[in-house]
Amino acid sequence: MTRTVTDVICPFCGTLCDDLEVVVSDDGKELLEVYNACAIGAEKFLHSQAKDRITRPRMRQEDGSWKEISYDEAIEYTARMLTDAKKPLMYGWSSTNCEAQAVGSEIGEVVGAVMDNTATVCHGTSLIAVQDIGIPSCTLGEVKNRADRILFWGCNPAHAHPRHMSRYSIFPRGFFTGKGHTGRKVIVVDPRPTDTASVADVHLQVEQGRDYELLNAFRVAFKGEQLPDVVAGIPKEKIYEAAETLKSGRFVIIFFGMGVTQSLGKNHNIDEAIAVTRDLNEYTKAAIMPMRGHYNVTGSGQVWGWLFGFPYAVDLSRGFARYNPGETTSNDLLRRDEVDAVFVLGSDPGAHFPFSSVKKIYDRPSVAIDPHETPTTEVCKVHVPVAFVGVEVGGCAYRMDNVPIETRKVVEPPEGMMTDEEFLKHVLARVKEIQGE
Amino acid sequence: MAEYLIKNGFVFDPVLGIKGDRVDVAIKDGKIVETTALSSPKVIDAAGKTVMAGGVDIHAHVAGPKVNIGRNFRPEDKLFGYKARSGIERMQGGFSVPTTIRTGYNYARMGYTTVMEAAMPPLYARHTHEEMRDTPILDQGAYPVFGNNWFVLEYLKNHEIENAAAYIAWLLRATKGYAVKVVNPGGTEAWAWGLNCENVHDPVPYFDITPAQIIKGLIEANEYLGLPHSMHMHANNLGNPGNYTTTLDSFKLSEGIKPNSKFGRDQVMHHTHVQFHSYGGDSWANVESKAKEIMDYVNSHDNLTIDMGQVTLDETTTMTADGPFEHHLTELNHLKWANADVELETGSGVVPYVYSPSIKVCAIQWAIGLELALLAKDPMRVFMTTDHPNAGPFIRYPRIMKWLMSEEARKQQFDAFKHKDKVIDATNLANIDRELDLYEIAQMTRAGPAKSLGLAHMYGGLAPGLEADVAVFNFNPNEPYAPDDIEKAFGSAEHLFKAGVQVIQDREIVSNGNKRTLWVNAKVNENPQVMRDVKEKFLRYYTVTLNNYEVTGHYLPNPYVIEVDATE
Repeated sequence: MTRTVTDVICPFCGTLCDDLEVVVSDDGKELLEVYNACAIGAEKFLHSQAKDRITRPRMRQEDGSWKEISYDEAIEYTARMLTDAKKPLMYGWSSTNCEAQAVGSEIGEVVGAVMDNTATVCHGTSLIAVQDIGIPSCTLGEVKNRADRILFWGCNPAHAHPRHMSRYSIFPRGFFTGKGHTGRKVIVVDPRPTDTASVADVHLQVEQGRDYELLNAFRVAFKGEQLPDVVAGIPKEKIYEAAETLKSGRFVIIFFGMGVTQSLGKNHNIDEAIAVTRDLNEYTKAAIMPMRGHYNVTGSGQVWGWLFGFPYAVDLSRGFARYNPGETTSNDLLRRDEVDAVFVLGSDPGAHFPFSSVKKIYDRPSVAIDPHETPTTEVCKVHVPVAFVGVEVGGCAYRMDNVPIETRKVVEPPEGMMTDEEFLKHVLARVKEIQGE
Repeated sequence: MAEYLIKNGFVFDPVLGIKGDRVDVAIKDGKIVETTALSSPKVIDAAGKTVMAGGVDIHAHVAGPKVNIGRNFRPEDKLFGYKARSGIERMQGGFSVPTTIRTGYNYARMGYTTVMEAAMPPLYARHTHEEMRDTPILDQGAYPVFGNNWFVLEYLKNHEIENAAAYIAWLLRATKGYAVKVVNPGGTEAWAWGLNCENVHDPVPYFDITPAQIIKGLIEANEYLGLPHSMHMHANNLGNPGNYTTTLDSFKLSEGIKPNSKFGRDQVMHHTHVQFHSYGGDSWANVESKAKEIMDYVNSHDNLTIDMGQVTLDETTTMTADGPFEHHLTELNHLKWANADVELETGSGVVPYVYSPSIKVCAIQWAIGLELALLAKDPMRVFMTTDHPNAGPFIRYPRIMKWLMSEEARKQQFDAFKHKDKVIDATNLANIDRELDLYEIAQMTRAGPAKSLGLAHMYGGLAPGLEADVAVFNFNPNEPYAPDDIEKAFGSAEHLFKAGVQVIQDREIVSNGNKRTLWVNAKVNENPQVMRDVKEKFLRYYTVTLNNYEVTGHYLPNPYVIEVDATE
């Protein structure tokens, strides 16, 4: 016999689909099938069932091999590492629940750590832009129910957020959008001919690194002013036409991704994209939304927002919170040798940071908390495997539009495994003990 | 639990009618008791000091998505004011939008113990509850917003009060909400298309209903349920010259409706931050105070309570579910603008704002707020707020007390205005010599709001049986004082008790208390139509499933549920 769990939340990307169905064995120990998920999401659930999964903490030996250690030993190592360090980096926080983020934040406060999340190499530039100019945005349901103009800029949801287009943006039939995709005009701005571009009405193949110019040209075109013949590789006629398409919509939404946040111009690109959105509100209704990657990177920014007042790059090492991207961001700290221990949870900097940063992690006392074996666990001194959030333990996660959803536990974790939150609570208690010594 | 006896203080308590007499206050098992009930209490010497119940804030934006937008998009709000962690206090930052920890501590320092979050977007209820959970000491509740909700618009278009009430009961339970909040009824839905509803008869696009129908319908649904608090109103046309007529039109919709609540309130509408709704003139050049016209109405209608929305002349962060207003504001001041429309339910906007004493309009706004309070005949129906952080941060309450209690303090402020004469011409304040006393302040900040919230059985006074929320201030009302002494004394409570726990001792935070989250569980008869409508809307239009919508237990680690039975 099996049973089916419905309304399951997918802990993969910021789309945070909450309509999955998961078939589990009667004893709740084995996960058998996943329905409604995209290929990546389904794999995330099924991967938890891997027979060769690491289920106990392990410590790197002198010869490079792993030695299994107990959770108590891992807690002791982590607590000692954090208390011994003058300025530890506590990085990641994007693939875990808000409850764990809150406990981690308290540890960071007690030991004087720098707290940073994956926005630091992703949408951190968007967060800076929002601090410059604000952000007119909305929930994804507003897009589904109202939007008739969809602009994807520097993002490729067909691959990165596979169900975004069917659930929210291009295809769904909403309250005022009963015709589904036939009632919507879709524009893609991307230097590459992506799979998302292939379903668009218009693909503006912008020259790489020239997004700012093109965004600025839109603002010129809205006002009917003169443009040069070609801007950023796009003939002006096409720009005027696209600008008119946007202005004539009832509800415009701009989604943007790392093609603009991490290419030349960075936060200035987003400033300009938001200015485009502000301008459009003079003519019609318009909103803009970052395509957040990890399923709960948004949540870590929220938790730190209400606890510290800053969404990422929060330096607590002076006893109060400071925020200065470029100084208090992970790669800058690592490459300038300003942190003396590295704690990673819910992210994989080993795979995504520059090699020069990864080497610094390797050179330092380091712990990686992660259900998987990853490039990060390969360079850390201690690896603590934990239960999968959203599969083996619930907890709060924030969707890319900041909507909080409670993820579900669908199966039991392997016997004796800790969750992120449990492990962190033990570390916090131990840290307080050590400091009281 | 420890017993306490607060001896020899000058007590101001509207519930017992004590006006500064020396009375001892006894605390046992978290409640106020008769002094004879104590066996071996710890004695607090309050001789020469003022003793009041814990303050009750009926309207502040302190938790939830738009508050956090304000925090995250204003790093400048944290400059210079960060406080390092020390003792049991965690680190605290932010001025106009403080972190949750600072929110709890700063309210406590002013002697406040209960604070209501004034606008909770239902889809973001979890977020609001997470922030309230992380706000120490204070008892809190949150008002879900209803005035632009599609269910409400559809039911009230046909005046289906019973269905609207059943939906309200369902949503209060799903979001663990406290009261029915209405913000720019219809206008925020219109804003989803970039439009607005500018008066009570301006129809809502597509939904074919007017704000007047929404307001009246929600009052009736609120009374059908008999909720503790009345419908809590932020009218259309906020912040515009000449808007006082819209405000009066909105007030009038409550006429002829009687309260139906066993929780002891007398009003059927609470109108919030009335300062923003009391403007005459037809442009910013000739805007003037209509506080007198507004207060003439309020003073002669018992079924209405209001709060001030006092401008404090600070740099602050405005935030409201009135989405079109925030867009209007960013066009005025050209500062950064965040907007967050919420599917089927509401919207919101956030814009920083500088209330400068050098700007005529800001000074007029300042005067209007004070006029409302000083023209009040019944301080039990007019409450002190800043609509935190919209007209100013809540930490200015002691300063507002100073302005209300001292004509000299008001004169000093007038003299500091760049356009003093123009401000005096456009307002009535300079001709008002009334100075409130501490008894009236206690009515406006404690007993009044508690009664309006339907919480007079818990908060707002020092009668035996009430929660032991007691503040002791280093202020001797019987000795001469300068206006600034008021601000100083009431900004830093000497002692504070929350539900019998001493959380401030000698001006130091010594406990994080045992904070509770209040919500209202209203029982209604089974209503298959509403449940079918709910299922259908979630299936077709929401982007979360119905089963993932309800806020469950662990977001409220210490809930206090108020049961209401509307099944008969």
